[in-house]
Amino acid sequence: MITSSYSFSNWRQRLRRGRASGRLSAVLLLLPPALILFSLFVILPLADAAYYSLFDWNGYAKPSDFVGAENYQRLLGHSTFHTALWNTVQLVIVSLVVQLPLALGLALLIYRKTPTNALFRLVFFLPYILAEVAAGLIWSFVFDGEYGVTAQLFHALDMESVYILADRQWAFAAIMTVIVWKYFGFHMMIYIAALQGVPKDLVEAARLEGAGPWQIARHVQIPMIKHAIVVSVFFALIGSLQIFDIIIPLTNGGPSNSTHTIVTYLYTFGLTRLKIGFGSAAAIFLFVIAMLVAFFYQRHAMAKEGA
Amino acid sequence: MSRLFLLRNSLRVIVLLVVAGFVIGPLLAAFFGGFKSNAQLRTNPLGLPASWDVSHYAGILDDPSFWQYLGNSLLISSATVILTLIVGAAAAYVFSHIRFFGARMLHSYLLLGLMFPFAAAILPLFIKVRDLGLLDTYWAVILPQTAFGLSLAILLFKAFFDQLPRELFEAAYVDGCTYLRFFWAFTLPLSTPILATVGVFVFVQSWNNFLLPLVVFNTESIYTWPLGMMQFRGEYLTQWNLILAFVSLTILPAIVFFLAAQKYIVAGLTGGSVKG
Repeated sequence: MITSSYSFSNWRQRLRRGRASGRLSAVLLLLPPALILFSLFVILPLADAAYYSLFDWNGYAKPSDFVGAENYQRLLGHSTFHTALWNTVQLVIVSLVVQLPLALGLALLIYRKTPTNALFRLVFFLPYILAEVAAGLIWSFVFDGEYGVTAQLFHALDMESVYILADRQWAFAAIMTVIVWKYFGFHMMIYIAALQGVPKDLVEAARLEGAGPWQIARHVQIPMIKHAIVVSVFFALIGSLQIFDIIIPLTNGGPSNSTHTIVTYLYTFGLTRLKIGFGSAAAIFLFVIAMLVAFFYQRHAMAKEGA
Repeated sequence: MSRLFLLRNSLRVIVLLVVAGFVIGPLLAAFFGGFKSNAQLRTNPLGLPASWDVSHYAGILDDPSFWQYLGNSLLISSATVILTLIVGAAAAYVFSHIRFFGARMLHSYLLLGLMFPFAAAILPLFIKVRDLGLLDTYWAVILPQTAFGLSLAILLFKAFFDQLPRELFEAAYVDGCTYLRFFWAFTLPLSTPILATVGVFVFVQSWNNFLLPLVVFNTESIYTWPLGMMQFRGEYLTQWNLILAFVSLTILPAIVFFLAAQKYIVAGLTGGSVKG
């Protein structure tokens, strides 16, 4: 400890004495590419969105038709947008009530390092690395009313087959099934990494005192991995806000606009109709929600857990 | 006690197998579906094909546009990886080694991207890319992807660079090694684990990206494979066996890549969450 802090201050002294020109040219050469790319393609577009959202603009020439908050008013008054928001809330609920408990339960079953566990881990994680579009297409076959696996199920039960994805009542439930299928493995991996970090003595001590696996999980392991749970809930929240790819091959927002999310909404009603101003208002709405979630979540949950 | 244990263990295995079936079932159905005739698909969507008809798979493999899509994706993903690694590592190196006025602020600025939803920027990105004259070029996807990947890359790189032994830098510095040379000759070679992790992560993200290419590409010849797949689906709307063969062929490389690089993929995809 003493030697390292000694050598550190020593190093800083040498730096100060050293060739400042080497430092300067390093800073001037190595930093600007990141700053320019990031400003040009991340920060500036977001600022542009805020600006465009105040205009009625089709994307050509310069925005000139200033409409103030009208885009926002129309957005908040649009029933399809309400549906999109409600769908997002449903995604959050399903994530918290179905997906994360499933992921946690499986993580508890297979966190120990054995070859079979490794195999299961691999299988459960697999959907996460597949492209959303591919997953969506495969599942749109599964749900197909004429060919699909569910059609087969309906026939077996001697029922009239339903085109689930074309049914207002069932389409979004089907989408949520695919989303759980696609992402639970990711959350499971976060939990597994955390569970492997729980000291073995603690679990062993609890077992020697006669605690069963359920009690150990509840009173020892889950409290010990709270930080991982807090982080994965955060990912689930932010992820739910951004669902897009998987909707397009499954329902494309239909039937009758009942399965939109915020992002498919802004794509469909903003970009494909070249209503850049209106779409930007939706984008800013999304941005503000994401920031609010991040801010409050970090302030409350994450700060408490020190994650 | 042992009976309870046995019961518990068999319950555990059953749960795991059911979930595994839920995960793999659709993938197998897609893979087998590619061998079936449409009529057979209707009566037997899930099971093994009655006869292994390879013509659908062969037809797609013979189609030059299939290879074109994959080639485009490979080019774009590789370029994004290389650019992200170089630009991200360079910035992280500066933050790790050089203290200067404003360094902290610039560092926080570059990490802002961790919280920004990419989709919120998609409309202005389309306008920006169009005004730069980059629509329908590879750069239209490579540059924004790199920019949005930088925050996580810089976060992970800086954490790694900070842990490299200072003594090494000190010794090199005494010997007259400049910052730039040290970065190239020591920092980068010593950082291959984190370079691989970030590289694999960026590659998978880029390979699967759909929204950005969808918005900035119009010409089929530069389509990435997710766009090509949606195009193919539009052409063969009801011929599920062809579509399933196409999907299976595109996810096959992803699965092989996953098995080969799983260590880095898992580290990259969950590593960001552990650190940040």
